[in-house]
Amino acid sequence: MTALQIIFILVAAATLGAGLMVVTSRNLIHSALWLVVALFGVAVFYVLLQAGFLAVAQVVVYIGAIAILIIFAIMLTRRIMDEDSPTFNANWGWAVFVALIIFGALTWVLTSWPGISQPMAELSERSDPLRQLGAALVSPSLYVLPFELASVLLLAALVGAIFISWERK
Amino acid sequence: MIPLSWYLIFAAALFSIGLFGVLARKNAIVILMGIELMLNAVNVNLVAFWRYRAPEMIAGQAFAIMVFAVAAAEVAVGLALFISIYRRRNTVAADEIDLMKW
Amino acid sequence: MLDPINAIANWLQNLLSSWGLESGLVNFIMILIGVLVVAMTVLVLDILLVWVERKMVARFQDRLGPNRLGPFGLIQPIADVIKLLIKEDITPEGADKVLFNIAPVMALATVLIIWAVIPFAPTMLGASLNVGVLYIVAAGALGTLGILMAGWAAHNKYALVGAFRMVALVVSYEVPMVTALLVPVILARSMGLHDIVEAQAQGGWFILFSPVTALIFFVCTIAELGRAPFDLAEAESEIVAGYHIEYSGMKFGMFYAGELLHALTMGALIASLFLGGWHGPFVQQVPILGVVYLFIKAFFVYWMYTWVRYTVPRIRIDHMMSLNWKFFTPLALVMVIVTAILDKLMTGLPGWIYGLGMFSANVLVAVITINLLRTYSQKERQRVAEPRPVAQADLAKAPGSGD
Repeated sequence: MTALQIIFILVAAATLGAGLMVVTSRNLIHSALWLVVALFGVAVFYVLLQAGFLAVAQVVVYIGAIAILIIFAIMLTRRIMDEDSPTFNANWGWAVFVALIIFGALTWVLTSWPGISQPMAELSERSDPLRQLGAALVSPSLYVLPFELASVLLLAALVGAIFISWERK
Repeated sequence: MIPLSWYLIFAAALFSIGLFGVLARKNAIVILMGIELMLNAVNVNLVAFWRYRAPEMIAGQAFAIMVFAVAAAEVAVGLALFISIYRRRNTVAADEIDLMKW
Repeated sequence: MLDPINAIANWLQNLLSSWGLESGLVNFIMILIGVLVVAMTVLVLDILLVWVERKMVARFQDRLGPNRLGPFGLIQPIADVIKLLIKEDITPEGADKVLFNIAPVMALATVLIIWAVIPFAPTMLGASLNVGVLYIVAAGALGTLGILMAGWAAHNKYALVGAFRMVALVVSYEVPMVTALLVPVILARSMGLHDIVEAQAQGGWFILFSPVTALIFFVCTIAELGRAPFDLAEAESEIVAGYHIEYSGMKFGMFYAGELLHALTMGALIASLFLGGWHGPFVQQVPILGVVYLFIKAFFVYWMYTWVRYTVPRIRIDHMMSLNWKFFTPLALVMVIVTAILDKLMTGLPGWIYGLGMFSANVLVAVITINLLRTYSQKERQRVAEPRPVAQADLAKAPGSGD
């Protein structure tokens, strides 16, 4: 058991616990704040995987924008928050069943796959993943088209969100 | 050294938790949060595969960034829809939004 | 002896190694000590900041300020801290207890973690992150969360309104701020703060290359700090104290300390990004001087914040949003595009031509902007000055017909 493995287990337990709290907590604000904890745990995993840029982008995009947006939406639709109506719908038993089946199936498929025991590939000293990522996102032979599409998608979402939530006078 | 399988099993567990939230919760905003958890699980997989299998190709990280963009767009439009529905119907419970049902 | 911090660090490292500890453990202890030293230094400075702030506002308002306790009233902040410590610690009845108590910690901690990436001297920096600039934005995002938690947990309408205002402000002003951050990144060709400062030490301070960006960044950080004229979040005359209305004793003290420290932190950040950080005369020979230079620059920016704070009145929230979305965001985008194009065109030219080109482009952008603003403000003035009809009953719209 190395120090890294202990860190992994602690962070994984915290993240999964937070994830469970997100989907089971009655109080929606608590749900959203547990979501922040879970997202932060995922950011720690990116650090462990030496993807520093993604870790920081995860905090900026998910916690700084998405989680805060969700908390805003919860506060704006506040009436249902302290209500005594059931948290889960009638199918929650089936939902547990399906989730467990999916988890079991995924684990089974993964463990029976030979590539699972592959050791971590060496990250060569010369290559800088950050520089590589930046170049890949704008090079015509790689991802410039998806990158532009993503920007168009974001613009469309911006316009759409404003249009939908606009209060017509 | 952390084995690759740990990351994959962790991601599978996170995905299942998110799936449970999507299937079982009444509140539409929590369903959206469940979808975020599922997208994050996928991202962990993408980055883990990038790191363990092909660190010289940047595909895993580039796809994770695309997922970020899609998630941000989805949340923006989704929450705008919920707020709009809340204004008209005074609810965000997913099973009460049934205008199109009959 | 010219670099005492590293000398002490080396001595300590050798001492720990000679005790037969593992190298991993020694590193861990060294990092822990480093973190503690930086955090403690900054927190002690924070106590001093209370005095600096009070003394400065007193000068601006033609008063004397604290002057009874100790020389120049220097012991006053200690008395303030003791007062806060012995006050009753109240948690309101309807509050969300856990969140209510975590929020002040978040507010202070998210400010402290920014100091991890600020380079103090050529040989002294905490973490040499290659995404340092983004890390700062991330820390700001976490700080926003702390404010939102404080506002919600207090179970008070004023607190919630204050938190809403603050978050709307911070999230909006983050857009031009991050865009403006790209300009030093383009100029230094790195996102690491250490590389940015290094590039300025070699090529000249970035405020000379891009004064317009520095100004945008400065104003955006004022908004991020929530200081006047952007202090709608606490606007005493409207919503009493905003998100920390229900806090008392040391929990309030932590918000207060976090606010003051945030201002100094942003000062150090602007110093590192635009004013050359630790760069100054003789700094290569005597690295410890870098710390002095950095703090002189940081306190200069802090003084500018205070100057703005006590000079400009609070602006209305819709004006603030228009200022952000219609002025600063487009201007920051223009600056990024202009800088990127010029940088591409002028790569390889000697440094002084490069600098001169950048500077003149900035002057050009500034002149065009000021002219556009002039036409706009003239139109606006005419629109406001036009006599408006006296209010009349709107007969076309009978009561009940509108939705």
